[in-house]
Amino acid sequence: MSLTPDDVKRIARLARIEIDDAQAQATQAQLNTIFDLIATMQAVDTASIAPMAHAQEVYQRLRDDVVTETDRHAAFQAVAPAVENGLYLVPKVIE
Amino acid sequence: MPDASLSALAAQLAAKQVSSRELARQYLDRIAALNPAINAFITVDAEKTLLEAAAADARIAAGQAGPLTGVPIAHKDIFCTDGWRTTCGSKMLHNFVAPYDAHVIQRFKAAGMPSLGKTNMDEFAMGSSNETSYFGAVKNPWNTACVPGGSSGGAAACVAARMAPAATGTDTGGSIRQPAALCGITGLKPTYGLVSRYGMIAFASSLDQAGPMAPSAEDCALLLNVMTGFDPNDSTSLEREKEDYARDLDQPLTGLRVGLPREFFAEGLNSEVAAAVEAAVTELKKLGATTVEISLANSKLAIPVYYVLAPAEASSNLSRFDGVRYGYRAPDYASLDDMYCKTRAQGFGAEVKRRILIGAYVLSHGYYDAYYLQAQKIRRLIADDFNQAFKACDVILGPTAPGTAFKLGEKSDDPVEMYLNDLYTIPANLAGLPGMSLPCGFDGKGLPIGLQLVGNYFSEAKMLNVAHQYQRATDWHMRLPPQGEASGVRREG
Repeated sequence: MSLTPDDVKRIARLARIEIDDAQAQATQAQLNTIFDLIATMQAVDTASIAPMAHAQEVYQRLRDDVVTETDRHAAFQAVAPAVENGLYLVPKVIE
Repeated sequence: MPDASLSALAAQLAAKQVSSRELARQYLDRIAALNPAINAFITVDAEKTLLEAAAADARIAAGQAGPLTGVPIAHKDIFCTDGWRTTCGSKMLHNFVAPYDAHVIQRFKAAGMPSLGKTNMDEFAMGSSNETSYFGAVKNPWNTACVPGGSSGGAAACVAARMAPAATGTDTGGSIRQPAALCGITGLKPTYGLVSRYGMIAFASSLDQAGPMAPSAEDCALLLNVMTGFDPNDSTSLEREKEDYARDLDQPLTGLRVGLPREFFAEGLNSEVAAAVEAAVTELKKLGATTVEISLANSKLAIPVYYVLAPAEASSNLSRFDGVRYGYRAPDYASLDDMYCKTRAQGFGAEVKRRILIGAYVLSHGYYDAYYLQAQKIRRLIADDFNQAFKACDVILGPTAPGTAFKLGEKSDDPVEMYLNDLYTIPANLAGLPGMSLPCGFDGKGLPIGLQLVGNYFSEAKMLNVAHQYQRATDWHMRLPPQGEASGVRREG
């Protein structure tokens, strides 16, 4: 398996990371050496093996449906790049 | 000179031979003197530290001290710390002041342990050399031309240089154990789920686990007593009876069965590291242990499996950094989408972007089964190998890393070469098992060598017992780096 620079640009698009042609070229070479390493696991027969998502068999806990948090929006929004009237500001998305 | 064990420091505080403020001041002075050359800290705030120390002194005076009240500690800059800048080693969070405390921080505060500052780390904990930090590389105190390991490299270096008596770290694929090995200190990654991940900036959530880093196993046991415990804010936190991890420290090792995985002593292991680890095995035998050869046949697949699973989880976890709610935002952009793309391109470093791209790819349509699912299945095979091995032994022993500290820049252009550093540490993360590293010698260049112990689930007290008995018989963990003021100083107590 080998990624092309176009593949790299497509993945970067999925990940919302801006990348130019020169960076895609350089990244492609590095990613391919990593995917060569990853490819060594393809030879293993795992047909009868159940996937292991987690180290411990844990289940999502349920809690009573009551309010547990206090309103701290001012503290949380104090660290945001742009805020006005309690709202996060972003570029306009609807004309 | 601040070079006593945690229990000795606690005893001095209890006997009023020293105050927490005096102790904090001594360490802050040492940080001021040594940190410019080592770069182990991203943020130091003497005023905050001394306020916390004064509060600890008040507790001691009021007779309300816990076992470590007043003893200062440094925290990896991955733990959100209320009112402290918390950067995770990234430009993305270079200006982020956390509005709340991580669970681990809450516990150390409740224990009355003042924070000495936030330690440097590989960006978002992705790295094995600390060279990916936006705040510059950390230097190894044993040789400042060498890396301290990573990602908890600042934590390991500050403890090695005795700029702090102890530090917190996190370990996703070896990030406590490998830097502990390269800096000549002791570090422990607990069983997955013992320490809450709440407020610990997420890298790979099914692997991330916080743990203690300190000169000795005894120190680590005392710190683990503070760090562990159920937390409803972490959905994978385990509800268990509270343990005293120091309870078995003084047990003899008679009859201990030490498993030696043949795969960990094979090709790729530096001969000086192999010799030091073998000498440690001889020492343990003198203390009453027996050895048994075991096989972890699938461990060679741990790196490929890890470099599917960890980036996949990271690509999801790091999607939250979009320039909207916190952290960096690109200065110029044409639209919302452009703002995301530019913010992430400028805010993340090269290694973080590489791993996000790998993760996005292995999770993308048409590739999920071949990569993510296959990796999860092999993860089970790796865990099954350990389960099998623990039928024949009580603890598994091997090297922590294939070599000693390497030169800055030596591996930074070759990601795969860098990844191979975690060959022996990653299997325990995949299985969720506890692992620790402790010093077991030096190579010809005077660089520390680390010995790794991997235990069965919840066997931390046993591992700490083995490590403590080894450290009573040896003095590798008491050696100090040759340069600076650290020269020639011995630990008391």
